Amino acid sequence: MVENRPFAAILSHLMLIVGIGIVCLPLWIAFVASTHDLSRMFQSPAPLWPGTHLVENYLAVLRSGIGQSANAPVGTMLVNSLIMALAIAIGKIAISIISAFAIVYFRFPFRVGFFWIIFVTLMLPVEVRIMPTYEVVAGLGLLNTYAGLTVPLIASATATFLFRQFFLTVPDELAEAARIDGAGPMRFFRDILLPLSKTNIAALFVIQFIYGWNQYLWPLIVSTEERYYTVVMGISRMVNVVDAVPTWNLVMATAMLGLVPPVIVVLVMQRLFVKGLVESEK
Amino acid sequence: MIKRATFQGVALPYALLLPQIAITLIFFFWPAAEALMQSVLLQDALGLKTRFVWLENFERVFSDAYYLSSLRITAVFTFASCLLAMGFALLLAVMADRVIRGAGAYKTLLIWPYAVAPALAGVLWGFMFNPTIGVIAYALDALGIKWNYYVDGDQALFLITIAAAWKYVSYSFIFFLAGLQSIPRSVIEAAAIDGAGPSKRFWTIVFPLLSPTTFFLLVLNLVHLFFETFGIVHALTHGGPGRATEILVFRVWSDGYRGQDYGGSAAQSVVLMAIVIALTVIQFRYVERKVHY
Repeated sequence: MVENRPFAAILSHLMLIVGIGIVCLPLWIAFVASTHDLSRMFQSPAPLWPGTHLVENYLAVLRSGIGQSANAPVGTMLVNSLIMALAIAIGKIAISIISAFAIVYFRFPFRVGFFWIIFVTLMLPVEVRIMPTYEVVAGLGLLNTYAGLTVPLIASATATFLFRQFFLTVPDELAEAARIDGAGPMRFFRDILLPLSKTNIAALFVIQFIYGWNQYLWPLIVSTEERYYTVVMGISRMVNVVDAVPTWNLVMATAMLGLVPPVIVVLVMQRLFVKGLVESEK
Repeated sequence: MIKRATFQGVALPYALLLPQIAITLIFFFWPAAEALMQSVLLQDALGLKTRFVWLENFERVFSDAYYLSSLRITAVFTFASCLLAMGFALLLAVMADRVIRGAGAYKTLLIWPYAVAPALAGVLWGFMFNPTIGVIAYALDALGIKWNYYVDGDQALFLITIAAAWKYVSYSFIFFLAGLQSIPRSVIEAAAIDGAGPSKRFWTIVFPLLSPTTFFLLVLNLVHLFFETFGIVHALTHGGPGRATEILVFRVWSDGYRGQDYGGSAAQSVVLMAIVIALTVIQFRYVERKVHY
């Protein structure tokens, strides 16, 4: 800051620490609950300091779910979530980058029309057209399949738009030089454009991985068999148990397992994540 | 919009566009058309006959007192959690912009909730506010506040509001911090030389320069809160108690999926689409031109 005021600096630090305390409190409470045994979950209030059942609880949910009405092992759910997140992230990036390439580097009839067809979908999140999309997917026989879980979410106006913006900033001379040297379009795409887009691809991957992992409504209606549960939707079945108290220690262990992978992705790739977020919303 | 140097060929660009266009047509346009069509059709009780009913479904939706109350709940919930998240995020961003030591660590500790699924955010907050064993519920009880969101509609609405606000703080924080850091130091220093104190500098220089970011965040947060909070409501309250937390997106799902009222659900989908399109147009007309990083 401009002037040197030690008091103001201390105040800033203090407020940040309190803010972080508020932001991190739910995570701490959940973690602590996941380290206690069930009998502790019947005493109010819930514990504030970790117990000794961490390994036991986590192994139990990974192997056999939490019993009661939700027997699907969380291990399976985690694999499903990973498949879904990876398929959506990679699929989105792959189809978006080639369509942006077509739109920017070729002249062909209806080019602008195609651009608008893709762009309009920006306005239609899956939640809005949920029932008709469900019927279409059901009609195609894709309920309870990985294709049904992922393919409808793969089309992406945002990613296409982002790559288009980026390609427009790539100097024309590169394409001209490539053409003079006799490189075809796909050669140019592979050897010049793809390496240049590396950071953008990585940044977008972080954002889309989180998007895919955190899907809730879509897997909730598409996967009715426990084999295809993802961890984020699976947990709601554990909380909303009929005529029983949720086994909170196991529910919280599952919640931790469900939120740790995307959080780690964000923390490890923090710089790329911020870049991806700021650019994809621009 | 197109390069000066382009490649020849017609078949190749179509082939490159094919996957994206095919998915868009099958999973976006077809369902959207279906929604439009169903919104003007009515099925009889057995689902055997459908007939064309003009705008009857829409009339039915808008004359339903519960739908109007759902609109009101959605508006209250979206604006309240949006303002809460943005206010808190702005405060933290201003502080994080001022500190020199530890800024990176603070940032890291504040951005992670972005990665938490809304449904999980709901579960975490539901546990803290659980009337039987929740720590905050316990503290409130000690303060003499009777807390039970299972029976009290206002408390349930309050709970989903803060769970949603918590989830979106980090998002606004990232953008506010980026906006703050892009304000030239020289402007602030000039004001300081002219004798403006920190709070005067904030309200007369920093905040106005930040206003495009603020407006842009407002629109985006509204869109996100409008649609992505289905998970919070579904995991936490299921629209209850009564219908106290039945936001619009939740209703589209519960009428269509649980209630099997396809016409009504489709009409609601069309209303939602109109709202999103309006928000997107606002975003492009007013935001696109003014936001600079």
